[in-house]
Amino acid sequence: MKEQLETIQQEALAKIEDAEGMTSLQDIRVAYLGKKGSITKVLKGMGQLSPEERPVIGEMANKVRNIITEAIEEKAAKLEEAALNEQLEAETIDVTLPGRKVNVGGPHLLTSIVEEIEDLFIGMGYEIKEGPEVETDYYNFEALNLPKDHPARDMQDSFYITNELLLRTHTSPVQARTMESYKGERPFKMICPGKVYRRDSDDATHSHQFTQIEGLLVDKNVRMSDLKGTLDKFAKQMFGKDREIRLRPSYFPFTEPSVEMDISCKVCNGDGCSVCKGTGWIEILGGGMVHPKVLEMGGYDPSVYSGFAFGMGPERIAMLKYGVSDIRSFYMNDIRFLKQYHHA
Amino acid sequence: MYVSYNWLNNYVDLGDISPEELAERITKSGIEVEGIEYVGEKVNDVVVGHVLTCEQHPNADKLNLCQVDVGTETLQIICGAPNVAAGQKVVVAKPGAVLPGNFKIKKVKLRGVESNGMICSLQELGVKEKFVPQEFVDGIYVFQDEVEIGEDVTPLLNLNDAVFELDVLANRADALSMMGVAYEVAAILDEQVTYPDETIESNESECAEDYITVEVAAQELNKYYGAFIIKDVVIKPSPLWIQNYLLAAGIRPINNVVDITNYVLLEYGQPLHAFDYDRFASNTVLVRRANEGEEIVTLDGQTRKLTRENLVITNGSVPTALAGVMGGLDSEVTDETSTILLEAAYFDGTTVRKTVKQTGLRSDSSTRFEKGVDPKRVRKAGERACHLLEKYADGKVLQGLSEYDGLDYSEKTVVIETDRVNERLGSSMKNEEIADILHRLQFIFEQDGTTFTIQVPTRRQDITIFEDMLEEIARIYGYDNLPYTLPKGEGQVGGLNHVQQLKRNIKSLLEGLGLMENKTYSLTDEHDIEKLISPEIIKKSPVPIALARPMSEDHKYLRLSILPGLLQSLSYNQARNQMNIAYYEIGSIFVSEEEQITKQPEEILRAAGAITGNWVDHPWQGEVKPVDFYVVKGIVEGLFEQLKLSIQFEPVKLEDMHPGRTAVIKRNGQVIGFLGQVHPLLAKRLDLKETYVFDINLDAVFAAYENEPSYTEIPRYPAISRDIAFILDKEVLAGDVQARIAETGAPLVKSVAVFDVYEGEHLEAGKKSIAYHLVYQDPEKTLKDEEVEASYQEIVKAISDEFNGYVRS
Ligand SMILES: [Zn+2]
Repeated sequence: MKEQLETIQQEALAKIEDAEGMTSLQDIRVAYLGKKGSITKVLKGMGQLSPEERPVIGEMANKVRNIITEAIEEKAAKLEEAALNEQLEAETIDVTLPGRKVNVGGPHLLTSIVEEIEDLFIGMGYEIKEGPEVETDYYNFEALNLPKDHPARDMQDSFYITNELLLRTHTSPVQARTMESYKGERPFKMICPGKVYRRDSDDATHSHQFTQIEGLLVDKNVRMSDLKGTLDKFAKQMFGKDREIRLRPSYFPFTEPSVEMDISCKVCNGDGCSVCKGTGWIEILGGGMVHPKVLEMGGYDPSVYSGFAFGMGPERIAMLKYGVSDIRSFYMNDIRFLKQYHHA
Repeated sequence: MYVSYNWLNNYVDLGDISPEELAERITKSGIEVEGIEYVGEKVNDVVVGHVLTCEQHPNADKLNLCQVDVGTETLQIICGAPNVAAGQKVVVAKPGAVLPGNFKIKKVKLRGVESNGMICSLQELGVKEKFVPQEFVDGIYVFQDEVEIGEDVTPLLNLNDAVFELDVLANRADALSMMGVAYEVAAILDEQVTYPDETIESNESECAEDYITVEVAAQELNKYYGAFIIKDVVIKPSPLWIQNYLLAAGIRPINNVVDITNYVLLEYGQPLHAFDYDRFASNTVLVRRANEGEEIVTLDGQTRKLTRENLVITNGSVPTALAGVMGGLDSEVTDETSTILLEAAYFDGTTVRKTVKQTGLRSDSSTRFEKGVDPKRVRKAGERACHLLEKYADGKVLQGLSEYDGLDYSEKTVVIETDRVNERLGSSMKNEEIADILHRLQFIFEQDGTTFTIQVPTRRQDITIFEDMLEEIARIYGYDNLPYTLPKGEGQVGGLNHVQQLKRNIKSLLEGLGLMENKTYSLTDEHDIEKLISPEIIKKSPVPIALARPMSEDHKYLRLSILPGLLQSLSYNQARNQMNIAYYEIGSIFVSEEEQITKQPEEILRAAGAITGNWVDHPWQGEVKPVDFYVVKGIVEGLFEQLKLSIQFEPVKLEDMHPGRTAVIKRNGQVIGFLGQVHPLLAKRLDLKETYVFDINLDAVFAAYENEPSYTEIPRYPAISRDIAFILDKEVLAGDVQARIAETGAPLVKSVAVFDVYEGEHLEAGKKSIAYHLVYQDPEKTLKDEEVEASYQEIVKAISDEFNGYVRS
């Protein structure tokens, strides 16, 4: 019987090895391990054996059964894997075909820039203030030290609606309103972004509507060097650490002293090129120490409080930062233009 | 303001500072030099030549054969210029000269005849056409002055001059003159200023007062009027150097008298006017307001109708000049003029500005009056002009002048204190540094320890208070030399307020929903102002707000809806073959209910969107779907779902919208916007494919929004779902049925959603089937089947009662 079992084992293992599919493997299992299988048959003949031989053969029969079972399982696993591989192979698709487009929107470039600037100043403790686009002559001009007939009103020819109402020419009226609302009682820092309007014909560098961001800080003992330090921080964050800033004296009716800020040209690194008109510098914003009359009209005592203010145009910044050459592009809303920048 | 480097060098010793370096320093001190332009180029071996003879070239019709004396020798030169003639003094490039563009002059043979040099035009010397006198633009240059034969032409023609373009801002009226710029540059370079010669040498027995009396009726508008009389003038071209400087300053030379008044205008910043005394036809100058409707023919030949707002110079009866703006044609200086009435006056800036605005006549004179001239220089400018007229127009200046003088010549006093200067600037200047800066500015002051009492010269009308002086100190000290510091004040916590944060969130949500942000104009035209206005705005009967003086008809009214602008954007893109566009914009509309606007309009913030083309665009798997109503509705619903605000939709008919595919958006019974399909006729007019829009009142959203969402426990007990399909009349709205189901099933019915809509052959005509998916849930316990069944039956009954609907089996 021992020989019989050895033969069964050999035969079974050979068949398992040759089995080509799950069905034949199943047949093999039935033929050898099943109720009517070869091993069972052998075991049934154990009655003829001596009591000493029985356990020996029994153990051997179990061993053979285990070996065959294991071999079948191993083979089954192999067959399954092969079958899966075959299926996966058959499922292969062309991964270079285009994917299903998800509609993705995004912000306008100007919004990105405005929000970047907002966040930068929020980081320095500024709050954001907004105000009406249709302003009174008082808040747009008079409260900013621009009385009627002031020659500087020519600098910003305005869209009037009536003698007293106009489209604001800058966001400065928001500053005047903010000062007034704080009643001269507390220091504050704010920036005010928004749409502004000037009586210009639209061309590559002029737009009758554009965006402005202005900032104002009022406190005791504010120094001009504080303005310089603040603007330097802003410029380095906005335009890169390796940019230098330069302040030049300038004139605005609402500040005194007034400054114009240039940053070193990124294109030529200060050597002079067509972008910076050969000067190596690019004008980026204007500002200055708040004029005592403006503080006074805003309800702040200029002998106690001082402050600084600054203003800039996001369109101009975008044009410099991204090389946009025509200001009208911001308002044409060409999808190809908008898509280029919406990651910004 | 154009400033010639060579001219400036007459008043301040510029040493050997290059124009570029000087420009940089002027800019950094406060007056921006916007550009530098060179008149020409310095050339060697180019000299004055005298054309002795000029004959036709034996072998060429259009060439001339000239013998030219250049001092050291006589050269035979062939010249093709049409205006060459014997007797002229011309510019000769001798053999060996190199003209701009590396053009080398050599001895050559032209048609068999030797030519030893070239007679030049100014352009050939590198002079830009704008610096070339009109008569020499098309030929060689011919000297009109006394010039030495053989003289080097570079200084004569001012070829090596650099011209600065200064951007003079409104406060620095003083820098609108060569003298003002000289003071500025002297302060920058720490140099002295040399004054021009104002001496009058004539020794006439007659007095100006014998010829003219000055009477000023409008004294509030004319604080000073001085009249000089210059007799026996000879009108001719002015000397070359005056012409050169005028050209450099961008002014074309005309004749000596006009050129001299212009020259002094530029030099002193004081406008002057020369009348032909004989044509003035009176011995009285009367300055007065114009009479209403009075007329004057100005130098440009135009008849101007005047008002009481205008100031005029009259001869006692009729206007002879628009004060400070333009002279009258009738009293203009002509070639025959021999006696000049020279006006040096101080006119009120505001009046001049009004007249300029009214007439559109902006000139070098008016600009200076508008910004304010130096009181102390008014009469001096007249004297300077007399000096020049004597020298260059052979004039005889009569004694004295006739004048009215009500000018304030006083100098303002500003006191500064070293500590306060440093406190405000953040600097640490010493007393001596401040004193040095004041010296350089040529301000007279008294110093008492750390206190400086400064007399501000009248040329600096812009300096009146401490802060003005602070800027003077700071700019000469150099903004570059100020330290970088940060404000010392107590920290304030910055940030966005609630509404600002919400606005940003809404923008992100809309972008996440697939829309790209737009920026369109707030100003619109007369057609778009009436289009696509949201019903709740229409209800206010808004009156369109128009600009008083629009730049164009396209941008005349303040918008009442963002949508027309967005549609224009879509149209712009589709015209460029960009067919699938989904845009939104957040911005204000401007609503006024006043017939005649008197107060600021209501500015209502809106979020509007417009979508056209394919929303699903995946052709190779056969999935291409144009945008439809439910895409836009899905976007609006998605937005409000994210905002946790419930809204309802109701069908509505609106002008310019599809009558069957438009709905208002309501919240708590209030209309807060609308959505739907743009009327196909409007779309067609804009060359747009089928287009859908939405428009939401964000102010209403902000008002409704609670920023603190309360936490609701996630239900622990299982939900049970049921589907019901109702057969309904076609006209019944799915939303109404849904609302009724939700109401009847509350509180156990947690959600109701449409999952199928069917109309067709299996149903009776005029009927449709709508299937709803209901989810039941009890937060407290596990629901029993009986409870669900009972609710289900109630719902069936309610729908039957209200809509005559029945369950589809
Ligand atoms: Zn550059």
